[in-house]
Amino acid sequence: MSHIEFGFDPNWMETLSTPFMTNAFLAGLCIALAAGVMGYFTIARHSTFAAHALAHIGLPGATGAVLLGLPVSLGLGGFALAGALVIGALGKRVSEREIATGTVLAFATGLGLFFARLSSSASAQMQSILFGSILTITTEQIIGFLAFDVVLLVVLALIYRPLLFSSLDEQVAQAKGVPIGVMNVAFMAIMAGVITIAVPAVGTLLVFALVITPAATATILTGSPFKAMVVAGLLCLAAIWGGLVVSAMFPAPPSFIIVTLSTLFWALAKAAQALRR
Amino acid sequence: MRNQPEYAIELNDAAVKRGDRVIWQHGTFSIPAGSVTAIVGTNGAGKTTMMKVELGLLALSEGSAKVLGRPAGEANQRIGYVPQSYASNIESNLTAEQSVLLGLTGTRFGIRPITRDQRDKAREAMAFVGIADKAAYRLSELSGGLRQRVAIAQAIVSDPQLLMLDEPLANLDLASQRSVTRLLAQLNRKLGMTIQVVAHDLNMLLPILTGAVYLLDGHPHYADMRNVLDSKLLTHLYGTDVQVVTTPQGDMFVTPSADEHNNPNQDMHTVEEVAQMHHHGDEHSEEAQ
Repeated sequence: MSHIEFGFDPNWMETLSTPFMTNAFLAGLCIALAAGVMGYFTIARHSTFAAHALAHIGLPGATGAVLLGLPVSLGLGGFALAGALVIGALGKRVSEREIATGTVLAFATGLGLFFARLSSSASAQMQSILFGSILTITTEQIIGFLAFDVVLLVVLALIYRPLLFSSLDEQVAQAKGVPIGVMNVAFMAIMAGVITIAVPAVGTLLVFALVITPAATATILTGSPFKAMVVAGLLCLAAIWGGLVVSAMFPAPPSFIIVTLSTLFWALAKAAQALRR
Repeated sequence: MRNQPEYAIELNDAAVKRGDRVIWQHGTFSIPAGSVTAIVGTNGAGKTTMMKVELGLLALSEGSAKVLGRPAGEANQRIGYVPQSYASNIESNLTAEQSVLLGLTGTRFGIRPITRDQRDKAREAMAFVGIADKAAYRLSELSGGLRQRVAIAQAIVSDPQLLMLDEPLANLDLASQRSVTRLLAQLNRKLGMTIQVVAHDLNMLLPILTGAVYLLDGHPHYADMRNVLDSKLLTHLYGTDVQVVTTPQGDMFVTPSADEHNNPNQDMHTVEEVAQMHHHGDEHSEEAQ
């Protein structure tokens, strides 16, 4: 087949009912829940770039894991968590330092490439680590995602208000007795988890659009933190599920459609906001 | 009104170091409860450091600090704190009311719905600072002056005995400066709050101040207001000529004099240098009084 096909697939309903699609839909649900909740805090804490960097810090972990014959998620999660703990321990101000973060991000990406080149199997997986492969998510992975979501909700229910308080103004929260160091580390550690479960869907390069962009859209549309988290989760879910349906109809990679939808929602909200003013 | 200790803030031979550098030392003073005081001094003299010490966020290298009768940091639930440029680059969608509520609920772990009492309390605080009509506005939609009021409402919503503000008038236009000053006076008189402000410009605050902590030559001193308004002291304090003028209305102003360039005695030493220059003794407090 030499020509590029953009044809509509009339059998898309059948494609949607295949087991790998069911897994993809379930994975989308787990990811949307985590991303919706944490995306809001990431924006409120001015840590979006640091969160983006975590995905890239995870890249050498992912390709390194393939090299050693370990699960990709393990390597990715391990590296992202280590990076998160370092950034978290250095404090919120550090996560706002763009030059240091950007430099580490670039180095980590390079290191990821180096590891990938050391073995042919890692090389073969590079594309799916960078751009995601939501259609190959396994049932075991989904169980892991679910477990993570439960942990996330429990931890967040516990630290919700102090985390919000310290996101609003760290000095005031500290003066009032909120352990801001603990909040920082907890936030970054959870963020590493969110990145780890979101990367299989859209990859390290596009994860920003899945985790941060829906929360940004929701922040424009809503007037309270809780509503913003709910709406961000729904937008994220709409992007993932919409991406799956559209990619079943037309031959386009799901990652592309997911990111496109997420960006579209954001652009529409921005435009509506501009018009209202 | 709950009974307060006689002194809101007491320092005893207190010193602070950052690394090996002494920021200030030999700080011994007691600030009475119910007072309105300013922490004054040149840039880098350690004004914000003083506030952090009083909040227990920065440890003393020597001496002790007591606030509201407890070691610094232990009575923070009874202290309201308003930082410099509060929420100035906010990107979240928090409204004024939600921010004020965090002053009551922000330190609590676990799921606790906001009670009617808390909501009433927040409304009351917002009404007191004059932003009742802005409750549903996002912080990002408010001007600097209004955000400052939100910060004050958040600080006073828990009924503190002591309110500390870091440069509350910086970056505000004249009208906002005046109304924030009036607000502080009301908090002091109507609610009996002890108030302390970090300020580099005293003029606007002069009518309401009862005393000042001034950081001079690497030492913190406390004096009540008539003793602070001394041209010689202020000139020394700011390292540039300052005059005290009594206007027909009785108001006193601290103004830089016009012939500044003729001053051959301008103090060119850095703060760290003067901190090391002399050991603080009695002769200095005499000079101040």
